[in-house]
Amino acid sequence: MSTVPIFADESWRLPSRGRVGMFSLIVGESAIFSIFVVAYIYYIGRGTYGPTPQILEVPIFNTICLLSSSLTIVLAEHAIKHGKVRQFALLWGLTMALGIEFLVGTAIEWRKLIFVDHLTIRTNLFGTTYYSLVGLHATHVVVGMIGLSLVMLFTLMGRVNQSHAERIQVLALYWHFVDVVWVVVFTVVYIVGR
Amino acid sequence: MADQTLPIPGTLEEAHRPARMLEWLHSWVVTVDHKKLGILYIVYSIFFLLVAGAEAMAIRIQLAIPHNHFVSPELYNELFTMHGTTMVFLVGMPILFGFANYLVPLMIGARDMAFPRLNAFSFWLTAFGGLMLYFSFIGGFGSYGMGNAPDVGWFAYAPLTAKAFSPGHSTDYWALSLIVSGFGTLGTAINIIATALCMRCKGMTLMRMPLFVWLLTVVSAMTLVTITPLTAAQVMLLIDRYLGGHFFDAQAGGSPIVWLHFFWIFGHPEVYVLVLPAFAIANEIIPVFSRKAIFGYPAMVAASVGIGFVSLTVWAHHMFTVGMTAVSNSFFVLSTMLVGIPTGIKIFNWLATLWGGKIRFATPMLFAVGFLFQFLIAGLTGIMLSVAPWDWQLHNSYFVIAHFHYVLVGAIVFCIFAAIYFWYPKATGRMMSETLGKWHFWIFLIGFHITFDTMHFLGILGMPRSIFTYEPDRGWNTLNMIISLGGFVQAIGVLIFAWNLIYSYFKGKEAGNDPWDAWTLEWSTPSPPPAYNFAVDPVVRSRRPLWDIKHPQDPDWKYER
Repeated sequence: MSTVPIFADESWRLPSRGRVGMFSLIVGESAIFSIFVVAYIYYIGRGTYGPTPQILEVPIFNTICLLSSSLTIVLAEHAIKHGKVRQFALLWGLTMALGIEFLVGTAIEWRKLIFVDHLTIRTNLFGTTYYSLVGLHATHVVVGMIGLSLVMLFTLMGRVNQSHAERIQVLALYWHFVDVVWVVVFTVVYIVGR
Repeated sequence: MADQTLPIPGTLEEAHRPARMLEWLHSWVVTVDHKKLGILYIVYSIFFLLVAGAEAMAIRIQLAIPHNHFVSPELYNELFTMHGTTMVFLVGMPILFGFANYLVPLMIGARDMAFPRLNAFSFWLTAFGGLMLYFSFIGGFGSYGMGNAPDVGWFAYAPLTAKAFSPGHSTDYWALSLIVSGFGTLGTAINIIATALCMRCKGMTLMRMPLFVWLLTVVSAMTLVTITPLTAAQVMLLIDRYLGGHFFDAQAGGSPIVWLHFFWIFGHPEVYVLVLPAFAIANEIIPVFSRKAIFGYPAMVAASVGIGFVSLTVWAHHMFTVGMTAVSNSFFVLSTMLVGIPTGIKIFNWLATLWGGKIRFATPMLFAVGFLFQFLIAGLTGIMLSVAPWDWQLHNSYFVIAHFHYVLVGAIVFCIFAAIYFWYPKATGRMMSETLGKWHFWIFLIGFHITFDTMHFLGILGMPRSIFTYEPDRGWNTLNMIISLGGFVQAIGVLIFAWNLIYSYFKGKEAGNDPWDAWTLEWSTPSPPPAYNFAVDPVVRSRRPLWDIKHPQDPDWKYER
């Protein structure tokens, strides 16, 4: 009988399905981004006419905002884990504000590109790849914002407490992913590709 | 007794019948039970199997004699596009996910999938994706008065898909419906991974998981990185078509070759996404009917994971004729040949499982053995085609068609049939008729070989794929006629199978819990299993928990490490 493991309840531990599910989603999303990033890199300098990436301005403030939202969301996760709901709501709101700032910043950047530089998605190959890649990322920020807003709504209704810490961590994983992807997109579009 | 003196015709039950029908239907529409969803997936795919099979028959009638006018050239293009798209996306993927849905929780001793509602959502996405694809036949303003069914081939090569060359909405239907069903597939893949990793019963360590669960987990992990590139490429295609983008527009500096790469980055791993579940089915059936434990369990796991990784690096062997550099050609030749190693390991393991076993040739086993031989031949022609010069000669010929139909029909469809015969008693509580099953097997086997063996020769004689008709003096007439006849023999086999499914549901022998004397956990539940699967959470100590229960004096856990 020595080969038979005896299972007490506490010794049989399985990974959290929320985390596994979210990690799987992130792997799948990464593949989508990889395809768009590869297309962007491959098409750098191949456009036959129209504006080139030199017209881009590096969105440093935007980037700082989005990346610091990862920090605030970590602090928020920490707060809810210890049951500090007020602090959580504050930090969560701050995260959302930073996310909204990023979207507003992107909108301003695009407004300038469209009306001053006359670059749209159909203008030339650069326009197509640029708006697709940055737009794909912005779409993910919007989806993340929807998730964050739902949590905010529930928090304001007083429905969120310590027991939701793990679910909030799972959602935060997605937000971290959106941030990490921005690092890649930023490097490719504004540093390597310019 | 006053009520009995007024004989109002009909009973209470009859009066409620429409309501009960509605209730029954409602229970299937709103269900989140993994077993019901699994059955929905399987029924949905069998329906589309018959539809796409009918399309194949129309193609074969058209090609049976030269200069035939059974269908118009335009309809012919729609038929082969829809045949391919349907078989891959609406038959192959959903049926395998259907089996995964039904079996994975039962095999690991769980009560449901990790995310039951996501599961239902994924199924309905897939279902509506399929409906949208077929709505194209009647929807929109059709060209040639035939609706807008996709007619660009299942791989939809650029630049044919550009707005200039494909006006109307046929390509849009193709891209949109596959994006929709693709999200469904992604959801199910996430669900299967989470289920296998997080829902196992006590004692079910990873190295005790049934191989079926292992392989479906590998498949799901591959799906995560396989379906998504297709979705991305289709989004690019839609950007080109609707927003005036230039991804695949050579005049603006875009490149149609990039579409080829993106499509095959999806397209080749997809073959393994389809074939690994077939391996998974063989892994369960061959040991049970050989009365032996599977040979080389850890090697099987390692080989499956190996195939998963290697298959991600072979896509450009579909593109040897595009004109890549010698270095890329050599890389993809070698990586493609590399797949032969883990696959060979699997074949030898199955042979070793059969070796010295007490083999019972019930219908599931017949199909599994058929799979074994046919998959070997399919693999060998695959190795032939992986050699770039050979591929230059035979690319886009019927040899390639023969090769991949040997994989898709000879291996995958055979395993799907085996699985249906094997698990039908579990899902319905009744055995499928063995007599009809054997008729089905032999007729289908003979038809399969008449059709697809002959296709190899036709390919070597130079007949290209996707052509509407051919000249009578090319020497292809007899072979084409034989292939078409073989197709009809297969169709007869499939009709027998469809009849068997219906007949056995009403008239089949009662199955009991464990009709095959099998060893995995699903056979410990009643047939069909109750909604909660297991009344008591099972605890397992080995890879064959039911063997341990049936042979307490000689259990597996004494020997397994």
